[in-house]
Amino acid sequence: MTDHIPAASLAAYTAGDPGLDDAGVWAVEVHLENCAECRARLAELASPPLLTLLDDVQVMIDRGVRNGPEPVRRRTWRRLAHRWAVWSVVPWLALVLSTVLAAFLLDREFPQRPSLVLLLAPVAPLAGLAIAWSRRSDPAWEITTGTARAGLELLLRRTVVVLATVLPPLAAAGWLLDMSPALWLLPSLAFTAASLLLGGLIGVARAATLLSAGWLLAVALPAILTANLPVVVRPSSLPVWAAATLIGAVLAVARAGDHRRFN
Amino acid sequence: MVRMVSATELKPTTYAWPVETTELRVKAGRHLAVNGLDLQLGTGVHGLLGPNGAGKTTLMRALSTVHRPSGGQLRLLGEDATSSRVLRPLRRRLGYLPQHFGFYPRFTVREYVEYMAWLREMPKAAIPGAVQRAVERVGLTARADSRLKALSGGMLRRVGIAQAIVNDPDLLLLDEPTVGLDPEQRVEFRTLLRELGTDSCVVVSTHLVEDVVAACTDVVLVDEGKLVWQGLPAALIQIGEQGGTGDSPAERGYTSLLSSHRSAS
Ligand SMILES: [Zn+2]
Repeated sequence: MTDHIPAASLAAYTAGDPGLDDAGVWAVEVHLENCAECRARLAELASPPLLTLLDDVQVMIDRGVRNGPEPVRRRTWRRLAHRWAVWSVVPWLALVLSTVLAAFLLDREFPQRPSLVLLLAPVAPLAGLAIAWSRRSDPAWEITTGTARAGLELLLRRTVVVLATVLPPLAAAGWLLDMSPALWLLPSLAFTAASLLLGGLIGVARAATLLSAGWLLAVALPAILTANLPVVVRPSSLPVWAAATLIGAVLAVARAGDHRRFN
Repeated sequence: MVRMVSATELKPTTYAWPVETTELRVKAGRHLAVNGLDLQLGTGVHGLLGPNGAGKTTLMRALSTVHRPSGGQLRLLGEDATSSRVLRPLRRRLGYLPQHFGFYPRFTVREYVEYMAWLREMPKAAIPGAVQRAVERVGLTARADSRLKALSGGMLRRVGIAQAIVNDPDLLLLDEPTVGLDPEQRVEFRTLLRELGTDSCVVVSTHLVEDVVAACTDVVLVDEGKLVWQGLPAALIQIGEQGGTGDSPAERGYTSLLSSHRSAS
């Protein structure tokens, strides 16, 4: 845009000359939008009544800005919380905290018994996952499921929130009991990945219930009854848990699309 | 504020119908609630009518891509909506108000509509303006910063409509949008519907025949998961002038179409 608007065209435009056709008007306006110099020339050509009108409008706008409603405050923190939080998991947080605390106290009291913290760790995130993905506990479930962000993105956000609430108390208990973090962390992550993967097929709530029940009945209960620490939560099983976590996580991300619909 | 018009907005559409179903089957639980539905919907406001249990809500869920069809073809805005691959871009262009509109009570109206705009992946810079506009269009400007739990049923319904139109959807699905609205609000809502229908495809599921006649450009009558009749509101009224039961010609048209369909099958 090297050429400015010719004086004749600008005068015709300002005067609203009917001789200037639509195409001419457009050409002038497109140029005016991008050229401050020609806007200044236009202002000089404007007739006094028009300038008075513009002054009046300016005064009215200023008055409106002063007396009108305040602009909405930017509440970045609140908005961030909205986008990440899963509101339905808040009551459940208290439950998890107290269960982990109870397991920790019992472990400290009876160090020779199989560790309850270790037996609890794999299934600790599952209740949270079930709630975060339940149609019953999330009131806006149907609306959210039909949006573009449903699927991988919401899946990861919700999982991160659940893990961020479950893992710190487990970490604290494990540290106080002087356990290797891998012993409780890897089973937790492996079971989380498995629930998401299976959940894509049968629903996360159902998958989490099934896996928790399986673990508690097949591993945790016999361990408590026989007072023997099962081999699956001993350090020798760690490579298997690591492999299961890795494979589970990769598959869960790959199958995230399964969470895009609800049947 | 000057808005740039993007190339995608100016691109001509390459599909004949925003909604096109062939032999569509959708399950609700174990039961086939939509059972072999053939339907074509163009730009405009389509009133979806039918008795309770006719499969309206299940059809709306399939159109909103929330339920996966169990058979047949479903093309939305030219895309094959049975394939998972197209869902994400397709869903950016949809707006949906479910029959049971769930919400988070602690959110304000603005926060909720903003959250839904974000879930629909609107460009960040466009969200505040779009939210304000949507809230204004449903007449909730004065309550924009009220918590949702403080609102009446009719107001909540309007919040639901605001979240559905915030992204200027090309396909807008409203399931029983007028429930809880008072007569004056219903009239305002019909005006909004007509406005929305000028350049997008709007499907309104309702049991109120009068709403359809007043605000829709097209009537779609379904029963037992199948299409019974599709035509202009005026044609429905014309049928009603020849008989049927009901308080208005349109209602009489509705009942007589339904009963003749049932006796035929
Ligand atoms: Zn210039």
